[in-house]
Amino acid sequence: MMAYLAGFKYTKDHEWIEIAGDRGKIGITDYAQQQLGDVVYIDLPEVGAALKQGQSFGTIESVKAVSELYSPVSGDVVEVNAALKDKPEVVNSDPHGSWMIAVKLTNPSESASLLDATQYQDLVK
Amino acid sequence: MEQATAAPLKKTPLHARHRASGAKMVPFAGWDMPVEYSGITEEHIAVRTRAGVFDVSHMGEIEIAGRDALAAVQRISSNDASKLAVGQAQYSGLLTPEGTFVDDLLVYRLAPAHFLLVVNAGNIAKDYGWIAEQIKPAGDAVAVDASSRYALLAVQGPAALDVLQPLTGADLRGLKYYWFANGEVAGVRATISRTGYTGEDGFEVFVPPHSADRVWQAVLESGKSAGVIPCGLGARDTLRLEAAMRLHGNDIDETTTALEADLGWIVGWKKDDFVGAAALREQKASGVGRKIVGFEMLDRGIARHGYDAYAGGARSGVVTSGTQTPYLKKAIGLAYLSIEHTSAGAEFDVDIRGRRARARVVPLPFYKRQR
Repeated sequence: MMAYLAGFKYTKDHEWIEIAGDRGKIGITDYAQQQLGDVVYIDLPEVGAALKQGQSFGTIESVKAVSELYSPVSGDVVEVNAALKDKPEVVNSDPHGSWMIAVKLTNPSESASLLDATQYQDLVK
Repeated sequence: MEQATAAPLKKTPLHARHRASGAKMVPFAGWDMPVEYSGITEEHIAVRTRAGVFDVSHMGEIEIAGRDALAAVQRISSNDASKLAVGQAQYSGLLTPEGTFVDDLLVYRLAPAHFLLVVNAGNIAKDYGWIAEQIKPAGDAVAVDASSRYALLAVQGPAALDVLQPLTGADLRGLKYYWFANGEVAGVRATISRTGYTGEDGFEVFVPPHSADRVWQAVLESGKSAGVIPCGLGARDTLRLEAAMRLHGNDIDETTTALEADLGWIVGWKKDDFVGAAALREQKASGVGRKIVGFEMLDRGIARHGYDAYAGGARSGVVTSGTQTPYLKKAIGLAYLSIEHTSAGAEFDVDIRGRRARARVVPLPFYKRQR
């Protein structure tokens, strides 16, 4: 089991966000990738997409099943990790290093509603 | 795959072994089953290149015996069981009067008047009730649900023979495809069948439940140097789909006929009357309106069970199975399409969660092993 990084915030839907200033990088947790199994496709939004907290920003698909990806915060997509399109399997090997999108937070106070590493660890244990 | 009722999940004799070995468990057809051990991709590749061992003890076993057992089996099973020698098995359908699938099954001839039917886990009670009712007119024959008397292990892959042969005195090398032998495996009384659900060479081994773990351990020990690994239902599903084997509940059910499923070869056309015969003969004469096809995705995406298919501007059918195959590394699937769209090379669209993705009809199976 991988350690959940203290610098990240987490959602009950098993996404993480690493917030720096008004920017946040978003991915899925180690628990999420374990539940999904071998990831084969990731569909991500275009740069410029405006997301609300809890809104779906894409889908992730494993051999077994397809799941929605939910944004931990409201924000505008400023960057998309295009490398994941060709190598989606790195989400399995390095879930906490595989950011999917970067957003500019439009309502930074929302981050107070997210889980910290200890709370998330409790959720999935 | 979801549990519809709150009934406790059933456990195979290997359940504790799966839990202790760290397999990921899921509810499947009322059973708590391992969906994966080391991962679907790794297990799938192991079976294609080396071998894997599966616990398929959730499958049902129904025995039919009595002086008129052959007549009883002939009535309920679509294939022609009179062609079976003792020691031989065949794939078949348990059909409704409409020619659709109550279930699909393997029929083993244990003795001249004693048959073993291996049926799907989720259908055991339904099948048994159906069979018991349907064979009443057949005379002296009785059906028994013997599922709890068997554990079933599948050893599948090109190395299966070399892994299993040292554990038994039975001549597995000389055992032909779809034949079986009685003997011992790792000192345990067993029926060893050269069958499987992976498209690979391999064996299915019926053993008494209390000895299942001993055989499981022995197979893994014997296969250690060959790289044999335990596998779950996830890889079983991707393997069977590459081999284009139908899955009851997905690809065939009580709404699809044997002809629509392109399984005319499991219909004993020359037999006397059997359940479903009249409907199938009529459909054969008039032609089917839709048929199952294999397809590959041309656009990105996996077309999954229940997704709609479109051709010529209109809805043409529905996807029944789909996955990204670990070995062929393509997105493939099975779908029922209107008959005019079913020729190889024809293209159609699949509605993948609101997005239209292009697919092409390809010949089946997707994967065929080199013999």
